[in-house]
Amino acid sequence: MLKNYLKIAFKVFLRRKFFTFISLFAISFTLVVLMVAVAFLDHIFGPNAVESRKDRTLGIYYMEMKTPDKRGMWNGSTGYRFLDRNTRNLPNVEKMSLFTEPKPIVSYLHSEKIQAYLKRTDGEFWEILTFRFLEGAPYTAEDEKNRNLVAVINDATRKKFFGNESAVGKTIEVDGQNFRVVGVVENVPYLRQVPFSDIWVPISTAKNDTYRNEMMGDFQAIYLARSENDLQAIRDEFKARLNNIEFPDPKEWNSMYGEMNTYFEALSRELVGSRDDNGSASRPGRLLAAMIIIAILFMLLPTVNLININVSRIMERAGEIGVRKAFGASSWTLVGQFIVENVLLTLIGGVLGFFLSRFVLQFITASGWFPYAEFHVNYRIFLGGLGLAVIFGLLSGVYPAWKMSRLNPVQALKGAAR
Amino acid sequence: MIQLEGVEKVYRTDRIETIALTNINLNVRAGEFISIMGPSGSGKSTLLNVIGLLDVPTGGKVALNQKPITAYTDKYLAQMRNEELGFIFQTFHLINDLSVVDNVEIPLLYRKGLSSADRRKRALEALEKVGLQSRVYHFPGQLSGGQQQRVAIARAIVGNPKILLADEPTGNLDSQMGDEIMEVLQSLNRDHQTTVVMVTHDPRQAEKTERIVRLFDGRQVS
Repeated sequence: MLKNYLKIAFKVFLRRKFFTFISLFAISFTLVVLMVAVAFLDHIFGPNAVESRKDRTLGIYYMEMKTPDKRGMWNGSTGYRFLDRNTRNLPNVEKMSLFTEPKPIVSYLHSEKIQAYLKRTDGEFWEILTFRFLEGAPYTAEDEKNRNLVAVINDATRKKFFGNESAVGKTIEVDGQNFRVVGVVENVPYLRQVPFSDIWVPISTAKNDTYRNEMMGDFQAIYLARSENDLQAIRDEFKARLNNIEFPDPKEWNSMYGEMNTYFEALSRELVGSRDDNGSASRPGRLLAAMIIIAILFMLLPTVNLININVSRIMERAGEIGVRKAFGASSWTLVGQFIVENVLLTLIGGVLGFFLSRFVLQFITASGWFPYAEFHVNYRIFLGGLGLAVIFGLLSGVYPAWKMSRLNPVQALKGAAR
Repeated sequence: MIQLEGVEKVYRTDRIETIALTNINLNVRAGEFISIMGPSGSGKSTLLNVIGLLDVPTGGKVALNQKPITAYTDKYLAQMRNEELGFIFQTFHLINDLSVVDNVEIPLLYRKGLSSADRRKRALEALEKVGLQSRVYHFPGQLSGGQQQRVAIARAIVGNPKILLADEPTGNLDSQMGDEIMEVLQSLNRDHQTTVVMVTHDPRQAEKTERIVRLFDGRQVS
């Protein structure tokens, strides 16, 4: 019976080429968008080689500072002073690291301009994050303390400065300063904003010390807990400490609000966080729900479209329905037949979607829009997406099939003869 | 084989009530070949549809092969149609996307316990009975009207039903092809004792059957 169903399904697909194209396009396009979105999310938030300890890492990425009358607010990355004086020695924190956001800089090599990103970090940065060194080693807390002009560069920067030669021990000019390269690491993708940069140098090598007095600035911090179970206690301690902050000029700014977050939580705070007088709070559940709702809505639209297409596609086959009923098909048998057709169409769309997703992700990777990014098809999500597509395929097939299967056989045969 | 007692069929809409059949009493014996005649709108096709369990009577009793139809549930009717009945339509109603042999196999798809090899064997035998063994892998569009009706007959008999119901089977054919189709139906009736009920407008074909039932305005007049 299945063979007969498949045979007729393929014939119908070929006969109604435009409908088939629209259906396949809707299914595969939906899957491609879903796969690209998931690949991005995975790329930004998922575990990777460098951030291998994400499960016990928290960060301070975003804070809010307010004036005494609460009318004035400064939000964004924090300052070195705030992090240095208020977040050290948190209980259950194994290690903490301060670092700046990656900043675009210009270097010159034999009067040739080289653009790159620069990040200033402390020595602990290399102990929390697990960079893979191609040569040399990281700079240390001692280098940071002694203001040593040393740098770690990534593979791409090594190629720009030295071609295929070793870089360790050589000097590069960065933003007007000369640094001795002590290590070379594998490229880290741009969207991994915590570890990402092209060149990393000690914080203390900054051209001046003004950063040391800043409550807000361009610093962030990460904290490695001893265990995953300690995360809540660390968050609570940080919250408590926010009530006892010493401000350089309390008449100007006198309160700070924020949370210790995972990167996903920090994003949820910025995008969908709840706000009150005590600043914004992260809402990761809300962000996740919003993502899921968007994904479902995104998949629902082609489903509704497919239902319409299916109704008209099946309506044309009233005669066939009449004949099958006359010769012994029950309504449910016919529903089964049309569902088989729909699922088949969905699966073909799924296979197309898979190959298109791979192509699109390879294209984005090769485009260089996101430096050092490598996007891959996430097979688990693809199967999930395909499963959802099949469910929607079923839904979009069941209603029209059920409707048509209820046709009175006499009416169905008359409809076909007309 | 077919027993109808006081069968009525009324089509009701919000405003109009149309009486299609009134008090039809009919007894068709096993192996009988009868024709139903009457002017357009007299209820011939409705009567055939009621016998064929494609339509539900408003009143009266229907029994097929000594089985009274008591429950008009979808599943039960489907099974009865599959096992007891075979249909031949004026406009053939073949599925153009399927080959001749695949069309003929359709009734067997809904019968339990048949392998695809069994189905294929029985479909080929049915096609042989109607003289179309050389056209099994053709598609309906590649056949003449007469050949298409033969395929439809093969489809109707492939499940060895006791009763064949033919709704103007020669109505779309020229007289020569119509005669050929009648010969096929007669031989099925004669050689296999299949009970045949045929609706027709054509008195020439009706005369070839054993008995003519005449309808007028939904009533049985002879």
